[in-house]
Amino acid sequence: MGLLDVIGPVMIGPSSSHTAGACRIALLARALLEHKPKKANLELHGSFAKTSKGHGTNLALVAGLLAYYPDDERLPKAFDYAQKENLEYAFSIKDLGNVHPNSVKISLENDNEKICLIGSSIGGGNIQIVKVNQFDANFTGSYFSLLVEHEDQTGVIAKIARVLADNYINIATLYSARNKRGGKALMSLEIDKKPDSYILDYISHLPYITWSRMLPEIMTGQNDFK
Amino acid sequence: MTLNELANYNGKASEKIIKEECLSSEETKQLFNNMKQRIVDMRNSIERGLNSKQPSITGMVGWNAQTLWENEDKLASPLLKRVQAYAMAVNEENARMGKIVAAPTAGSAGTLPAALIGLADHLKIRDEELIAPLILAAGIGQIISKTMFIAGSSGGCQAEIGPSAAMAAAAVTELLGGNAKQAVNAAALALSNTIGLVCDPVGGYVEVPCVTRNAFYSIHAISSAQMALAGLESVIPADEVVGAMASVGRLLPPELRETGEGGIADTATARMIVLKMAKKT
Repeated sequence: MGLLDVIGPVMIGPSSSHTAGACRIALLARALLEHKPKKANLELHGSFAKTSKGHGTNLALVAGLLAYYPDDERLPKAFDYAQKENLEYAFSIKDLGNVHPNSVKISLENDNEKICLIGSSIGGGNIQIVKVNQFDANFTGSYFSLLVEHEDQTGVIAKIARVLADNYINIATLYSARNKRGGKALMSLEIDKKPDSYILDYISHLPYITWSRMLPEIMTGQNDFK
Repeated sequence: MTLNELANYNGKASEKIIKEECLSSEETKQLFNNMKQRIVDMRNSIERGLNSKQPSITGMVGWNAQTLWENEDKLASPLLKRVQAYAMAVNEENARMGKIVAAPTAGSAGTLPAALIGLADHLKIRDEELIAPLILAAGIGQIISKTMFIAGSSGGCQAEIGPSAAMAAAAVTELLGGNAKQAVNAAALALSNTIGLVCDPVGGYVEVPCVTRNAFYSIHAISSAQMALAGLESVIPADEVVGAMASVGRLLPPELRETGEGGIADTATARMIVLKMAKKT
């Protein structure tokens, strides 16, 4: 946790874990899609399920899906803005199993794409994404995160690492998981700077790569969403 | 770095925290600028809170800060009154879904700015001098967070108000000229006297007892600083106190960890309030 994460975030109240953290998980879910979501299904687990209304968790989650950051003064009116933006959303309560008490599963779709993730708000507004689609994952939004889905073949991770190294991009953390041997895998890399778009384009055209996405760093500044 | 290593540093504790970050001079400048902006954001939340009586969504809080602020100072103790009012101002602003700085969480957001800025205003200290103590506060929180999740849902209120009071105690100690050892002692004293506090907000809302609790623990932080500056020491070293708090956190049942199902939240009146609110919405 960085010093500015301890004294921070600057945020709309009332709860860093239930409001700001929730907003950030939704921001990352939003970033998994290339374009705006049309439909959202939000399943609340544990403390998120029990005390969500009192903490504005529902508002914060919808705000994040609208690409609002935790300090955005539109957050308390997120439901109204969602209506204006034609975002359909539904909340439900679900036991997501062995995850942190403040967790949510977000499923999003638009005309082209469908994604889901599970994120946990682990305290003070800090978050951790633990699942993306069918894969275990591990990234926090504190860095630019590169997600690459690929066929489970020898050398794919080395290849991605090589491309980043050749472009002087340092890897802070790396997590990889596969659904089964020889099946599909997803790696999440937290990296120290944002790669140029041609690098991402190059990666997406490498052999065995089936999907890739660049997620913004969301803890300090505002980033653009399409 | 552990708290004990920080305590052994020969000089200002904030210097050691900054050293540990391994920043370039440009990045250090940026950190100072960002922390300066945090102070501005904290001040704004205090200002808005002191000037509003607008009730929170639930109607349980919203007027406490201004009421206290405008009341006669019967204790002849302007520091006490100022710090308490500042703390409640921030937390009531938070309860209204206003903009605040989590320090380290939103529920405990009032304690640190109230102690640090409240004291500075009382002693007419300029904001520039608050930046280094604020960085120290962040560093203390950072070290504590390596042992336990700073969240009421993980360790009860002691895991939120405890770190915030410890951070504030260290910051105030440094602001008043304390060295690293004294600052860490202040943190340990503050922390060891918050152990056991449960998170039992009425209806699960960050309002009761959270708003007044921040007023109490901002004063608690200043008391800890006063003792540490006089040379009083925590018999149990700071890192062990953090460990003790974490183990108490693990022992707390879920009912006492921000679920709104135990303690104050489980009283007849609290249940009645929740029922009435459910009918309204």
